[in-house]
Amino acid sequence: MSAPASDIIIECRDVHKWFGHFHALKGINLTVKRGEVVVIFGPSGSGKSTFIRALNRLEEHQRGQIIVDGIELSNDVRHIEAVRSEIGIVFQQFNLFPHLTVMQNITLAPIWVRRWPKSKAEATAMELLERMGIPEQAHKFPGQLSGGQQQRVAIARALAMQPKIMLFDEPTSALDPEMIKEVLDAMKALARSGMTMVVVSHEMGFAREVADRMIFFDVGMIVEEGSPEQIFSAPQQERTKLFLSQILSPRRMN
Amino acid sequence: MLAAWLVYLILRPALTWVFTQAEWQVIVTNFRLFMRGQYPDEAVWRLWVGIYFLALVMGMSWGVWGQAARTFAALFGAAALLFVLLPFSLNARLNWVGVLITLVAAMLLARNRAALKPWVILGWVILLPLTIVLTAGAAWLPFLSPVAPRLWGGLLLTLMLTIIGNTLALPLGILLALGRRSSLPAIKSFCIGYIELWRGVPLVTVLFMAQIMLPLFLPAEIRVDPVVRVIIGLTLFEAAYQAENVRGGLQAMPRGQFEAAYALGLNGVLTMLFIILPQALRLVIPALLNSFISLFKDTTLVAIVGLFDLLLIGKTTLAQPDFLGKYREVYAFLFVVYWAFSMMFSYASQRLEKTLGVGTR
Repeated sequence: MSAPASDIIIECRDVHKWFGHFHALKGINLTVKRGEVVVIFGPSGSGKSTFIRALNRLEEHQRGQIIVDGIELSNDVRHIEAVRSEIGIVFQQFNLFPHLTVMQNITLAPIWVRRWPKSKAEATAMELLERMGIPEQAHKFPGQLSGGQQQRVAIARALAMQPKIMLFDEPTSALDPEMIKEVLDAMKALARSGMTMVVVSHEMGFAREVADRMIFFDVGMIVEEGSPEQIFSAPQQERTKLFLSQILSPRRMN
Repeated sequence: MLAAWLVYLILRPALTWVFTQAEWQVIVTNFRLFMRGQYPDEAVWRLWVGIYFLALVMGMSWGVWGQAARTFAALFGAAALLFVLLPFSLNARLNWVGVLITLVAAMLLARNRAALKPWVILGWVILLPLTIVLTAGAAWLPFLSPVAPRLWGGLLLTLMLTIIGNTLALPLGILLALGRRSSLPAIKSFCIGYIELWRGVPLVTVLFMAQIMLPLFLPAEIRVDPVVRVIIGLTLFEAAYQAENVRGGLQAMPRGQFEAAYALGLNGVLTMLFIILPQALRLVIPALLNSFISLFKDTTLVAIVGLFDLLLIGKTTLAQPDFLGKYREVYAFLFVVYWAFSMMFSYASQRLEKTLGVGTR
């Protein structure tokens, strides 16, 4: 892995994806720089989740190129595994391993993929849990935790691999309202620490606060992109305006 | 009330028969036959060693795990106590006293010593191989001259067939279930073919194949013991069913579990080993144990190909001149034995589910 010291860490050129006859991604072009925080938003079915999942090949794209940290995603399994261990992803449904304790959830991949000794993996895991504010939950099972705590464990689990990029696929959509804040706070702290982040979310308060760039997806295409100020105060496209007016009802502001 | 009265109506004559009219001499006289068939007297001590070892491991489990193992140990102890009290040979009764003492001593020894846990687990792992080696012996082992498996009989044979068959069938079944989901067409179609073939054949046919056809195909120099042949047949047969049970568990796993594992960089093998199989197998414990009990009862079919399992031993005792016509006593006894073991297996399944249920969603 000879990562070029360039500024660009993710590069997508004309990415297409079909589910059967359904054209889910219609030629996405996007570059993400190191340390950048990108928030992707758009109506459901617009392809934003599909796109973020294509970045670590949980979905295969059929045309175009995705290059992550100098490695092109292709059918070569070694490339995929190399890329995946550099990218952390946090899912909407947490997807913690219910039969393992929080500690085991976090240390499994560092021990078996990174080949770290157990003591080092556990020390790192404890550090991360402290950063997430839940060190006392280390020896519980995921089922004993609240949704917000589970999602923070999921973030810690992804960070334990010391990824260069973090992907968030609607990380707060499955949470009760009172738990959204604790997860967003953890994500904000992560963004300020300089992590490269691609976040699919409708949490506009979060976007306004930490996003460097916002991208509006609709019907499988990038309709508009720009800084949060541009997007919120002067959206160029009608569809963006319409969508923002729908989701920025006072109830959703935070 | 009505139900209680009905139960009383049925139970009263049954119990009267059991305690006053039935002549249990047929069981007492033939007890050795029921337990071990033609297994030679001079080698019986080896079976006792196996039972003592079981008592040791069980007692230690009771000590280290407490509640989780207590009921099993208690049941085992109760059975041993029963055997002490029943009118068997003095030798056997003394041995059961010894087994009881071993059980309790092992419990006291291991109590509150969590450090012993790995050793107890090791004990359970080597229990079956050790028992097989003890029972079968081998020419190269001191003190353990070989006893041909075809001499095994009665409960010994029934349990050996059940436990060995199932223990070998489960890993084979897991491999077949995984193979059936493989993306490689050759492996996938082989596994589907195997499973559908064996599931489409009655067990009796499998046993006849093992007993009669197999020797015809093998070269004359190779003689495989009939019991070993039956065990192979049972294993291959049972594996197909266990494979389908395991497949059910694999299919119930949410896609998110695979995705989360892959996203962490785990490869396919590690994902299966650490994430999918532990959860999938736990989901299908009832089905796995169900097949286990089925096989236990299906072992009675080996009588058809001439192995002296518990049921066939029962039939032969009925042919003894002294005990002609003692059908009720013999079959009542067999009923109780099969029922007791089936109950124990199903209880074990429930305990296993509860104990392994940690961290369920």
